[in-house]
Parts: sequence; structure tokens; C-alpha cells
Amino acid sequence: MTMEKAFRNDGYAKVTGRAAYADDYAVAGMLHMVPVYADYVSAKNLTIHCEEASASAGCVRVLTAADVPGQTHFGQIEKDYPILATDRIRSWGDVCALVIAESREAAIAAAALVRIEAEPLKPVLSVQEALDPYAPRVPGYGKSNVVVEHHLRKGDPDAAFASCELVIEEEFNTQTIEQAYMEPESALCVPRSDGVIEVYGSMQHPFSTRRFTAAFLAEPLSNIEVYTIVVGGGFGGKDDTAACVCARAALGARLTGRPVKMTYDREWSFRESYKRHPYTMRYKVGVTSEGRIMAVKATIYANSGAYLSVSPWVTWRSTAQCCGPYSIDNVHADVYALATNTVFNGAMRGFGAPQVNFAIEELIDIVAHELKIHPLGMRRINMVKQDSVTITGQKLDGHTVSMEDVMNRVVHEIGYRKKYEHCSFGKSEGDELYGIGLAISYRGSSLGAEGMDFCSAVINGQFDGSLLLETGIHENGQGSETAMMLILAEALGCDLKRVRYRRSSTSSIPDSGTTVATRGTLMGGSAVMAAVSDFKRLLSEHLAERLRCEPTDVNFHGDKIWGLNYEYNLTWEEAMRELYLQRVTPYAFGTFKAPDVSWDDTNGQGDAYFTYVYSCQAVELTVDRKTGAIKLLNIVAGHDIGKAINKAMVLGQMHGGIAQGIGMALMEDFRFEEGRPLALNFDGYAIPRMTDVPPITGIIIENHDPNSLTGAKGIGEPATELIAPAIANAVFNATGVRVRNLPIKLKPEDLA
Amino acid sequence: MNAITINGAAYEVADAELELSLMRYLRERRFLRGTKNGCEKGLCGSCTVVVDGKAIRSCRTAMKKVIGSTVLTIEGMEYPDGSLHPIQRAFLDAGAVQCGFCTPGMEMSAYALLLKDQSPDRESIRKAMKGNLCRCTGYQHIVDAVELAGKIMREQGISPEAGCLAAPRKTS
Repeated sequence: MTMEKAFRNDGYAKVTGRAAYADDYAVAGMLHMVPVYADYVSAKNLTIHCEEASASAGCVRVLTAADVPGQTHFGQIEKDYPILATDRIRSWGDVCALVIAESREAAIAAAALVRIEAEPLKPVLSVQEALDPYAPRVPGYGKSNVVVEHHLRKGDPDAAFASCELVIEEEFNTQTIEQAYMEPESALCVPRSDGVIEVYGSMQHPFSTRRFTAAFLAEPLSNIEVYTIVVGGGFGGKDDTAACVCARAALGARLTGRPVKMTYDREWSFRESYKRHPYTMRYKVGVTSEGRIMAVKATIYANSGAYLSVSPWVTWRSTAQCCGPYSIDNVHADVYALATNTVFNGAMRGFGAPQVNFAIEELIDIVAHELKIHPLGMRRINMVKQDSVTITGQKLDGHTVSMEDVMNRVVHEIGYRKKYEHCSFGKSEGDELYGIGLAISYRGSSLGAEGMDFCSAVINGQFDGSLLLETGIHENGQGSETAMMLILAEALGCDLKRVRYRRSSTSSIPDSGTTVATRGTLMGGSAVMAAVSDFKRLLSEHLAERLRCEPTDVNFHGDKIWGLNYEYNLTWEEAMRELYLQRVTPYAFGTFKAPDVSWDDTNGQGDAYFTYVYSCQAVELTVDRKTGAIKLLNIVAGHDIGKAINKAMVLGQMHGGIAQGIGMALMEDFRFEEGRPLALNFDGYAIPRMTDVPPITGIIIENHDPNSLTGAKGIGEPATELIAPAIANAVFNATGVRVRNLPIKLKPEDLA
Repeated sequence: MNAITINGAAYEVADAELELSLMRYLRERRFLRGTKNGCEKGLCGSCTVVVDGKAIRSCRTAMKKVIGSTVLTIEGMEYPDGSLHPIQRAFLDAGAVQCGFCTPGMEMSAYALLLKDQSPDRESIRKAMKGNLCRCTGYQHIVDAVELAGKIMREQGISPEAGCLAAPRKTS
């Protein structure tokens, strides 16, 4: 085994058990808060009886919506998500009351004594039910259960279908998926003597958490200081729900004047936290005899669940990327999100792309099979190339469009061409059927036209030569702090040991948006580079005289600062001492604003994203004809991420993303019965184990991206968005059975 | 007498503490918070510790069951001089850490595996540790780390217990 040694700034703390997550913090006088749920999926006229609970041993206070000074409901887009329910219950995950007690045990005991009454209403349990014009209306705003719609109009598909050799129509369905971060939600809120509430939470987005908390408390943002602490996984999932956990604990702290901790157990986490949207997708595709896709019509329904959360953004990405990385002239897409009474769905790694990729990448193989064209040729004919125009009318000319190269690299590495010839297609001597399959994708980097996109970074040089760095990007386990440190050290030519990442708080650095959309390395890294540029200019101006050169001749290399032709140098210690003597503060603040994007809501046309990540994943598997069991043998993944900042972590992101994709493909299925989840822990909800994930070969492709100041794009989400269709295609190539619903379950009778 | 040895130190467990789970005892009474609570149903492995040389789920183990036992937690794994145990070093070097929440439990399971078998192949590592869930890493770098730790300990001729705060097991 040969490997480069990996580096993480938090590695030592994590391998020694020192890393402190929210529930590992404790302060003197701390109270414990637990949530109270009601056994209703949809109900009105909520009445809560707290007397008995309040009087129970150790109980300090029971809070209901009546105790909330600010907004009981909040959200990132529509303020509809109850931090505490008022009159109406819309899902089984709604929190109706909060019990505060001297111990967690006392709080749990008191919570059981809270009595909740309400009038049950007929719930809406699926997208199909929600579409019925006579269905009960779920949301408290708007006119119907259709809470989001996006339309994309390019060309004239109906006219184009008429001239096609093959027109097929298919429906695909994907499932609800639980985030299953290993650390359940937790928050400790401490009231400070100056009036500030300090928040230490297991949340992914400090600034989002601050907005929820401030709104709930009706206090200015400056009253709430959310600290960065170690977080046990996020994947998009520790936003709304995790923010509400912090907001609730903060209310407890404000009202009691004491520190309050609220730690979720796994059952509460599964019950309340938002999931990946299940999709129903209907596609009509028209193709010429040569395999050129002439037209696509797509109608897509996402189940938003009880609350809106970021459904408009999730489904917007699905709209912009609904035809995968293919250039198609005639496309009509209608994408809807529907409100139902299931637990709500929100941001999860992939964010509306894994679902549409599943449909489109299967469709490509279906069409190729019908036309007897090789799946690789089918992709090659239609994929985006340099200067291609996307289905949103965007010309891909601002970066290297490496789709074909990325696919070729993966095809070569796994030996796809030869192995494809050996696929069983349902025929084999024994019981073992063999298949290989692949999928390709492109993914718009960062937020795109869905939101405001800017980020900041601070370099705070110390007079002893050490450097403090902070950015507005949040460490959720992905290694963002380490990546920022590596970017800084490389740009300053200094030893990594000089750099300490300063865990920021919401009061120490400007709001830089949320750490989502695979934007951390791109946006945070670019902000660091912007700060570096100012920092170097400042140092050059003030050190040039000592280095006997012009400021423009100063350079930074080999952990020293040099004059012209490397004749004179200063160590960092000397340089910082010099600045001190000149009374100059070695400090730089850098901001990076994403390049412009555009979007026309009326026709779904525009420059959706300023750059794209190109990806291909391929998988080999066998299927046991007798049992239908699928065994993954080998996976190869190739991603053009611009530039790898921390190679071991990039590969780790690929492996982890693929493992989550395997869960989506083969096992995970968060099901409800009458609106109540069937599973509330890992005994009823299986995520991939060590034995479920085959060896993975990651290929990092680096075409430095001119839109990023480091050249880097990102890997978090691209890694997880396309192994499911690759597996589905391999299953077909093994068995001849085409699966259109996730997770893939093969019955022996289908294989006979 | 309710004696228990944790990371080489002897403790007397109060009668009232006998009903606690080992996980809650470690976290709340001994402040050893490197042992994590991921599910409290013995399903995820985050709370794994080593009791008398075996990896167990501390969240599903009552204190009364471990009286008289010797417990090793993640806090006892590093050497008293502050240097890292080869398993910890390997987890770092192999890039096996992301969010880190599963890491202590993974290292504990790896320790128990390497006590039994110093040269497990990748397949047996996966089989032995499949009860430990991780949502971040896709496991590959963790398997690399366990393989690497075994290799280093074999090369240096040291056993997993050597140097750390696990009291040497009595060989029968």
C-alpha cells in the first residue's frame, strides 16, 4: 500500500477522542430541554395541557408557542416551518412543546406528562393525493398544494418528435432518503452577561442558525453568536431542523437565564429532520436513428412534505439539469413540488440532481439499447462539448468542458468496452449474472441562479510570524478548514505550521452564506485568495525597503519573503517584527463574489451556473439469479474538479459520496404508513455498511477553472449524484431487467 | 465492591450507577466523552469500547454486567506520553477521518480486531467492522487505515495493547 500521508487540522483531535461535539459540552448550571410531539399527522385546534408536566419533579418550565416572543414559524424561503407549533399540525414531526428540567431524565419524564389534544384532519400522504383538486390543502399559504413550479421552454419538442426514428415514454420514481449523519442534532445555548446568547450547535450553517434563532427570539442578529464547533456530518441536512434545535435551546436559555442543552436522540432526529425529496419523473424522448436526441418533454413531481424549506431551489436545480450533460435543442420541462403531510424534505447532498440523473442516465441506456447503439456512443453523440449550448441556452465557453475526456478516463480505467461485451443480459451458464454500467453528469457549481453568492476570508498576521485564518465557510467534517489552510500556505509560500484556522463565529466574520452546493472550496478558497492578494500587497509595500527592491519585486517562497532575484530575504518572524515597528497591522479581509449568472423564470433559460463539474462513474456487479441479490464488485469514479487542494480528502469525498449513492440505489427507503415513519432508528433503516461498499478507484481530473481564484471547483455533491443510474444500467446489462424505481429490488421471478 | 478498571485506573461504581449503561457512565460520570452516542440502540457502533479485549456496544451494556472488567476507551488508546497509538496514526495518515463522530468507535473495533488477528486482509476487516456505521468516508480509507496499522505493528513487533492504557490481558 502506498499513500501520501493525509493532513487535517482537526485530525489529531478526532483520532484521540478529544474533538468536542455539541453534546460533549457541559457548563455549570446547565438545564436540559426535550421536545414534545403529538401523535397527529394533520390536525387543527391544538390544545396543550402542561400543568402536570410543569409540576413534576425536576421540571423547570414547559414552553409552548405562547411563550415565543418572536416568530413561531420560520424558513429559508417561506416562513412556514413551526419552530413550535401553534394551532395547526402538518406532520408527525411537528414539535408542540418544549420541556426544560434539571436533568435530561427529568425532562423526558415530564414530557410524557404533557397532554395534547387536537382535531385530526384528513392528511394528504402522497404527491398523487396532493394533485387531486379536491384534496385537503396542506400549506398555510398560497392557493393549492402545488407549492413550486418551474418551466423550461426551448425549441418545439412536439414538432421534433414527428421527425424522430424512436419516441419513448418512461416513468421513474425515487424514494425518500434519511440523511443519517452519525451525530444527531444537539445544541447548547448559554446566556452571556452582556445580553448575547452563545450558541454551540450541531448545525451546518451558523448564519442560517442565527437567522432562525433571532427570528424566534425577536432579537437582532447581533444578539445571537453562533460558534463553530465540531459537527458530526451534515450532507445538507443540518440546516432547518438543526437550526430549530438551536433556536429552541436559545429560547430556553433566554427565558430561564440559565444555559440550556437540547440533544436529540436518533428517534427524534429521524422523526423530525428533513429528508431527500422523492421524485416521480415522466420523460418523453425523441431520437434519430443515429442516436441524436432531438427532443425531450419532462414532467417532474417532487414531494416537498409538510413544509417548503428549500424545495424551490432543489427543484430549480432539477429543472436546469433535467436532461443531464446533453445538448438538446427542443426541451419542455415542467417541474413541480407538492405539499403533503409527510415529514418535510429539504437539502440533501446532490440537491435535486441524483433524482433527475437517475432518470436521464437510464433513458440514455434504454434508447441506446432500442436503437442498438453502444451506450458510450450514444453519450458521445449527445454530450456537451466545448462551446456547446445547454438546455437552458447557456454557452459553455468560460471553462474547460471535459465531459468526453472524463468519460474516456473512466472507461479506460475500468475496461468498460471489453467488459461490456461480457455482460450477461439475463443469460448465463450458472446462477451468476454479470453486468457493467456507467453514468455521466455535469453539475453546476455553487448556488447558481438560486441565490446570493459571495464569501469572505480574514488573514490576521501575528507579530511573531504566525498566521490566523478564518473564512465564512463551515467545517462539517468535509475538511474545509484544512483546504483553506492549504490554499493560504501555498499562496504565501509559507510553512503550513504557521497557519492556524480560527474557528469563526457569526459575530467574527460577515455572513458568507451557507456551506452548501459544493461551494465551500470554490467560494471560500477564492475569498482566501482575494485576502492573500491584499495581504501580499500590504507586506510588499512595507518590506520592499528592507529587501532593497521595489514592492512589485517582492515574492513569497520557501517560508521566507524575498527581494529581487532572491538576493535578500526576511523570515516571517523578521517580516512581522518589521511591520510592528512600522506600526502596520498585518491584516487582510478578502471577499469573493461569484461570477454573474442569469435566469428567466418564464422560460427557464439563462446562464444557470458560472461553471460545471464533469463526472463519470462506472460499476461492475453480479446478480444472483436465484435470490435477486446484487453484489457490487468494483467502482471507478472520475471527476473534473478543477484542482485538488487536498488529494486524500478529495478521494474521501468521492468514496463517501458513492457510498451514499449506493444506499440510494440499493437499500435506503424512508417509508411512511399513514404519515408516520416506519423506522426511527438504524434497525429499520439500513445505510451502507463496510461490506456493502466495493473497492473504489477515484480519478481526479484537473482542468484549472478560470472562474475560481484557486482553479478548484468542488467534489461533495458530484460524487453522490450518479452511481445509482450506473448501478441500474449495470443491473440491466446483467439481467435484461430494466428497473425504474429506487431502491432497486430484484425478485427471483423477474430473473427466471 | 463494584470495581471497574477504565484506561488503567481503578474506580468504584456506586450502587445507583449500576443501572446506567456503560456509555452513559463513561460520558456522564467519568467525563470520557470520546465515546459517542449515535443511536443508543446498539445499531451504529459509535459507542464501541473494548471490554476485556472485546469490542462491545457500550450503549447497550449495563454497568452491572461489566463490574470487575477492564475497559479501554479512546482516551486510553494514545500513549501516556501523548504520542499516538499506531491505529490512531494510521487513521490520520490514511485519511480515514472526516466528521470524526464514528472514528473513536471505529478505532476501538479496529483495536479488538488487531488483538485477535494482526494481519487481517481487507475482506476480513470489512466483515469484522461492519457493525460500525460511517456516513462520510465510504469506508475505504478506514479499511486502508486498519490494514496500515496492522502492517506497522507487525513490522515493529508490537501488540495493540503495548504502551496504551489497556491493562495487559491475562493469558489463560
